[in-house]
Amino acid sequence: MTESEGKLIRVALAGQPNVGKSTVFNLLTGLNQHVGNWPGKTIEQKVGTCHYKDWTFSVIDLPGTYSLTANSPEELIAREYIIKEKPDVVVVIVDAAALERNLYLVSELLPLSVPVIIGLNMIDVAQQQGVKIESHVLEAALGVSVVPMVATKGQGMRELLVRIQDVICDGAEYTPNAPDIRADHKDVLERIESLINDHVPPEYPRTWVALKILEGDKQLTEMMCLRLPKETWDEVYSIIKQHEDACVAVASGRYAWIARMIRAAIVKPRAGPILLTDRLDRWATHPLWGLLILAGILALTFWLTYAIGTPLQELIDVYVVGTVAHLVTMALATAPSWVTGLIVDGAINGVGTVLTFFPILLIFFAMLGILEDVGYMARAAYVMDRFMHLMGLHGKSFLPLFLGFGCNVPSVLGTRVIESERARLLTILIAPLVPCTARMAVVAFLAPAFFTAPTIVTWGLLALSLLVLMLSGLFINKVVFKGEHLAFIMELPLYHLPNWRTITLSIWQRLLSFLRKAGTIILAVSVIVWALSALPGGDIETSFMARFGRLLEPVGRLIGLDWRMMVALLTSFIAKENAIATLGVLFGAGDSEAGLAAILRTTLTPAAALAFLVIQMLFIPCVATVAAIKQETNSWHWTTVSVVFLLVVSLVGGVLTYQIASLLAH
Amino acid sequence: MDNTCPLSELETGETAIVQDLRGGYGFRSRLAVLGFTPGVKITMLQNLSHGPIIVNLRDTRIALGRGEAKRVLVKLNRKGK
Repeated sequence: MTESEGKLIRVALAGQPNVGKSTVFNLLTGLNQHVGNWPGKTIEQKVGTCHYKDWTFSVIDLPGTYSLTANSPEELIAREYIIKEKPDVVVVIVDAAALERNLYLVSELLPLSVPVIIGLNMIDVAQQQGVKIESHVLEAALGVSVVPMVATKGQGMRELLVRIQDVICDGAEYTPNAPDIRADHKDVLERIESLINDHVPPEYPRTWVALKILEGDKQLTEMMCLRLPKETWDEVYSIIKQHEDACVAVASGRYAWIARMIRAAIVKPRAGPILLTDRLDRWATHPLWGLLILAGILALTFWLTYAIGTPLQELIDVYVVGTVAHLVTMALATAPSWVTGLIVDGAINGVGTVLTFFPILLIFFAMLGILEDVGYMARAAYVMDRFMHLMGLHGKSFLPLFLGFGCNVPSVLGTRVIESERARLLTILIAPLVPCTARMAVVAFLAPAFFTAPTIVTWGLLALSLLVLMLSGLFINKVVFKGEHLAFIMELPLYHLPNWRTITLSIWQRLLSFLRKAGTIILAVSVIVWALSALPGGDIETSFMARFGRLLEPVGRLIGLDWRMMVALLTSFIAKENAIATLGVLFGAGDSEAGLAAILRTTLTPAAALAFLVIQMLFIPCVATVAAIKQETNSWHWTTVSVVFLLVVSLVGGVLTYQIASLLAH
Repeated sequence: MDNTCPLSELETGETAIVQDLRGGYGFRSRLAVLGFTPGVKITMLQNLSHGPIIVNLRDTRIALGRGEAKRVLVKLNRKGK
């Protein structure tokens, strides 16, 4: 090969969770990265490039995985990528402070036919614990390059790039010491290998497939079941059946190999010091203090939202959006009114909606980013696990769901902190049932207008929302996910100081992807809803929206609501607080909220009002949330499921409320 | 009988040796990968009477649901019992 000209090297970054892999990725690629999704998955895919001398490195960040057995979609993605896309090098980041467990992934990567380089990260943390690692001894034992690094301080990156080049240039010298198989399984393995020999797709290493089948790997077992002739498969199957314990035995074998590999390379103190992590955890995971600390953090988040976020939102709304709208209206003074409407009430309003989300998103993303980066997230999950189990969820879903009380958008986007794809999907589906501040604002306005004890009604509605949330969680878990029990197994990583570079980058990326993906949907829907409520006549009373509302009147009768209330629900799709403005226009109360309250009192029975509030609480979320759901699930299918599900739940809730309340009133 | 018991019965601060994993393939596989293999030393960091537990093994802190902890069998070095 010619080395003089610039060359492209494809690097895959692998590693277990919590090893600083994203820090390494960010250091290497900086702002030259793109965040998307793995095809057909809700799992984040990050790709980026970096340059060193005249070489270009195209880096792909594989999902963090403990192993390469297809126990989760993440593991499947990582291994399929390595096997099928064949990157030039796989860089595995390992945590020096938990070397044994981290080398497990390495033991799975070495048998694949792609060169491996180990990035031995967090050597500073290991040193603090009195652990000494001789990286060159480890290198000699494993037969692969080992690069010591402290990613949080930017140390070791250049060395890593140099070693990657070395591997590419001297490819022939790459002779890893792949783990051997324990003697008691050797014969079985050879038997399986000879049986499947001619039927393994060429890109898969045969020995590796044989071992994975013996381990009980579902995906590869199914693949071979389809490819093998029936009698051969039966024979393979009977061997697997006889060795059902093999998954533990093979893992034990790998750990025994790891112990041999690191024996000479690592010196550990007999009794480790009491770590800061252990001391902090006495508080953070304490049954009482842990809850109080979590409550404190949540209180702080919401305080920040109200102290900084909401005023900023209003500033943006009044000064930025308001000024632009005003200027455009003036500039379009001579244009037909529908043009002004389309641009000002449709487009600028839509862009304004997107913009006003920024302050709140910024605060929530920052909070999530920091909690995740310092290692606290797992503790919050541990403390909340018992409660989340009530709805078939794990502790990790708690924080994103709780953020929903502020706004459902960051709640949905925040589900990225949940590793399991299934738990993430379930959390996204029920997240809109957490009543956000905008929904509560509508309740706060309407409840006092109808009821003598609005506080009780408000708390009742809140309790109802949470009850429906819980039941929906159980229901979706049972029906969609077949009630499969999700084992609660979670690593509690070491605490460390926040890495601002990683946190700012993650905030920036999340904001950017919201703007790009959700922003366009919000804008489009804003324009459409404007058109429906302004055309053809220019006022909402005669608009398409109103005609549609009248069509819905038969449904409305079941709930005791006339078409104007139905239209109010429809327009709340843009933003929940729109419901009140729409009612103001339709009931001719103008901007006077007190006037509207008085009119509503005379038109609606208390039963119908209660039904309206129930629907409003459980209804389809605002367009921004729906856009966020589309962005996160990366699927119109799940977005539709979510919308239809909430539509049915809210209407059923409304009908039941009206009918029962009417009965009780008589 | 020797003193083999489920991991969930270990008291905070006690150390034991992992003996066996019970349960379905996915469960055993996930735990084995994390280092729950026969012969490894495991220390209970927190065991309240209910809810998930926290253990330390192979320099890693891991939280396990109580149901999961019941399916890990360990051998205890408890003195005087």
